[in-house]
Amino acid sequence: MSDSGNRKIGDVILKVDNISLSFGGVKALTNISFDVREHEIRAIIGPNGAGKSSMLNVINGVYLPQEGTITYRGEQRRDMNTHAAAASGIARTFQNIALFTGMTVLDNIMTGRNLKVKATFLEQALWIGRARKEEMEHRRVVEEIIDFLQLQHVRKTPVARLPYGIKKRVELARALAAEPTMLLLDEPMAGMNVEEKQDMCRFVLDTNDQFGTTIVLIEHDMGVVMDISDRVAVLDYGKKIGDGTPAEVRSNPDVIKAYLGAH
Amino acid sequence: MQFFFEVLIAGLLSGVMYALVALGFVLIFKASGVFNFAQGAMVFFAALTVVGLKEEFGFPLWAAIPATMLVMVLLGIATERIVLRPLVNQHDITLFMATIGLTFFLEGFAQLVWGSNVRKLDLGIEDVPIEFVMSRTGMLISQFDVIAAIICAILVATLVILFNKTKVGRALRAVADDHQAALSVGIPLQHVWAIVWAVAGFVALVAGLLWGARNGVQFALTFVALKALPVLIIGGFTSIPGAIVGGLIIGASEKLAEVYIGPHVGGGIEGWFPYVLALVFLLVRPEGLFGEKIIRRI
Amino acid sequence: MIYRESGQYKTSYVNDSQIFPIKQDRYAVLAIIAFAFLVIPFIATPYFFSAILIPFLIFSLAALGLNILTGYAGQISLGTAAFMAVGAFASYNFMLRVPGMPILLAFILGGVCAAIVGIIFGLPSLRIRGFYLAASTLATQFFVVWCLTKVPWFTNNSSSGVITAQQIQILGFKFDSPQEKYLLVLAIVCVLALLAKNMVRSTVGRSWMAVRDMDVAAEVIGFRIMKTKLTAFAVSSFYCGVAGALYAFCYLGTVEPEAYNLDLSFRILFMVIIGGLGSILGSFFGAGFIVLLPIFLSFVVHATGLPNSVTSNVELMVFGALIIFFLIVEPHGLARLWQIGKEKLRLWPFPH
Repeated sequence: MSDSGNRKIGDVILKVDNISLSFGGVKALTNISFDVREHEIRAIIGPNGAGKSSMLNVINGVYLPQEGTITYRGEQRRDMNTHAAAASGIARTFQNIALFTGMTVLDNIMTGRNLKVKATFLEQALWIGRARKEEMEHRRVVEEIIDFLQLQHVRKTPVARLPYGIKKRVELARALAAEPTMLLLDEPMAGMNVEEKQDMCRFVLDTNDQFGTTIVLIEHDMGVVMDISDRVAVLDYGKKIGDGTPAEVRSNPDVIKAYLGAH
Repeated sequence: MQFFFEVLIAGLLSGVMYALVALGFVLIFKASGVFNFAQGAMVFFAALTVVGLKEEFGFPLWAAIPATMLVMVLLGIATERIVLRPLVNQHDITLFMATIGLTFFLEGFAQLVWGSNVRKLDLGIEDVPIEFVMSRTGMLISQFDVIAAIICAILVATLVILFNKTKVGRALRAVADDHQAALSVGIPLQHVWAIVWAVAGFVALVAGLLWGARNGVQFALTFVALKALPVLIIGGFTSIPGAIVGGLIIGASEKLAEVYIGPHVGGGIEGWFPYVLALVFLLVRPEGLFGEKIIRRI
Repeated sequence: MIYRESGQYKTSYVNDSQIFPIKQDRYAVLAIIAFAFLVIPFIATPYFFSAILIPFLIFSLAALGLNILTGYAGQISLGTAAFMAVGAFASYNFMLRVPGMPILLAFILGGVCAAIVGIIFGLPSLRIRGFYLAASTLATQFFVVWCLTKVPWFTNNSSSGVITAQQIQILGFKFDSPQEKYLLVLAIVCVLALLAKNMVRSTVGRSWMAVRDMDVAAEVIGFRIMKTKLTAFAVSSFYCGVAGALYAFCYLGTVEPEAYNLDLSFRILFMVIIGGLGSILGSFFGAGFIVLLPIFLSFVVHATGLPNSVTSNVELMVFGALIIFFLIVEPHGLARLWQIGKEKLRLWPFPH
């Protein structure tokens, strides 16, 4: 399945080297290195507390690692900052849904367009010039995403009223609205039933296929991970214990040990 | 130098009063996460009730105080029931605004029942300089302030014992740590909250008595009580020692500022100095001197 | 006329993002504005203008300002009156010290001064939140009023600190009577309300709400937290500043800094809570409610023969109780009740 479609896996787009992160003495990540290639679906797996979410947070600048470097599109940095990450095309979703609960689905997705807004504050207040035209243009793009993710029926519903599965989808929509080059998905299918998981899988694959978006994803459902990802990195206790194609990882003795316990 | 110490000590002693109000805040904040803006109104309400019972109904002081105590406990329980229970799990800002509503309600209610005049409250302690200190060092230290400080010390000691040595105290600390976990081991959350509100009511009564006796029982008490906010910012919202130290810092610094900086800028800086001091503090150490650092996770 | 939206198809995004997407709403609002401009000036009494309509409009503007900060951007403020004071005293000084200063420009500059003060005192909001911020806005409240009282320059060396607002004159036309002042205030409030609505329906407003609802996510999406918060403080303070200037020039006439005390700040906070947090329309509802309530209460107290002193205390109690009531029962205030009413009306008389 992972080889279908017309996408071509390209060069390395993101490379993290020797990343170490700790919180007041507690080591969350130790000396992690891996890379992500353009257009691929890259999974990070590992038991609870392995440091997967921390890794994503380092990539888009929410956490600042104590050691290591991040190279994104050829530009090497000590650490990322959230704004630079967003501006250079990294979007993400969160493990515990981080939607703007007081706003409608439409407005939530519209926030994803914010970096593309050119109109000044004054133009927006007066609703003249670029403000009005841009708003309509962004709305058109957002409507396309709404169609793509099949959210038409809840367009004007406040997100607080939506069921869990739909919320996850709205979050994906908000991330897609930024037209990202790279998408970080933190457990996009956690807590879903089989149908919802299938839907989400399809959306992830379609995104990758149609827009060529590079996807880094954390997921617990091994079936899903092995099916859709091109390469898998395995973390355990903040250390990388395996990396490679799904087949390689599946037969890696360290990975088996981490998942099934010591034998 | 002698004058400096006089101001410093007077400031520290009035800081004890701030600490007393701040203590009420800390108790409630620790146990229920509610920032009780109405603590100042409770102080005012308690003082006015004592005076009212004494003057209007001819209660002797020794009877008016326990009667007011009863009123404060009932008030605390009623607040928990009527205002806070329906708002469980709401945003802390919502709870905060609800206590602003409570403030207005209490202020109106107290004055409706007891009238809006300034009243004198006589506890039988005279506000005169202590002769012993005056003859030795020449400093004017108010006898009333010293006794007030001693009363506060006793109160704090009692609270600390209550918190650390009794079963109720253990339950309180458990609730303060984690509501859910406390519930799951069978601690009756709402009982605990009712107790906390009652204790806060008691603290308000003590503060109201001391303050009322010093400055007269009047509406302005509620404004003075607002100074507990900077006290809490400096001391940390969850720490009893913090409330004390914060109170002393605010009391001393505002008096010193008034005496030494005030004349150069037109005076009356006591009104805002504590807030600005707190603001500076916030920028340097947002969690307060004794507060726990909050790490936000996503 | 029946309240129906059937048959009103929106064929473009422009149509769909109008301020009032439903036709009947649009006509109703236009009718109300026309009525306020064309009919009320001829039927209302001077008392009605100066005791109800003018304060209602001014408070609506202040509430709108606070609502932008608290309702939309989620930053609580107990210092609204301080920003109003800055606006009032700045406008006064511009009029006093700059020869030939047009009054409307003075109002705007007053608002700008308030915005600058707002940004300065909004800086702590970058590090603190919730009631910490409440405490820091209290600092604004006390400090600003103290400053205006103590620095004689601000009050033109008036010994009592009282200033008398200059006469209002625009293009040679004098605004003297309550009726004329009402029209001026109405025009300003309408324009500013429209601007506010535009802000909240575009990216600026969405950035405020995003920061309010989940600041970390907002940052990850690319909003700059600092810019967003400070914009909210600036815009909010600008609105409050203009409201404060109008309060001095069109309502009180003579003002002292103490008129902008903590009590006024609370009153405006109450308008926002009762009217509806995060609603432009709610600011007007809240202001109307809080302006009318004391009048209604004093009427009731008179009717029952109780002494006058009771009124103010009952007022405090009713305010307090209502705040608690609204927070518990309908946190989105009158604006939400209004919306629910409209939903019902849409389906009436066939609710199923």
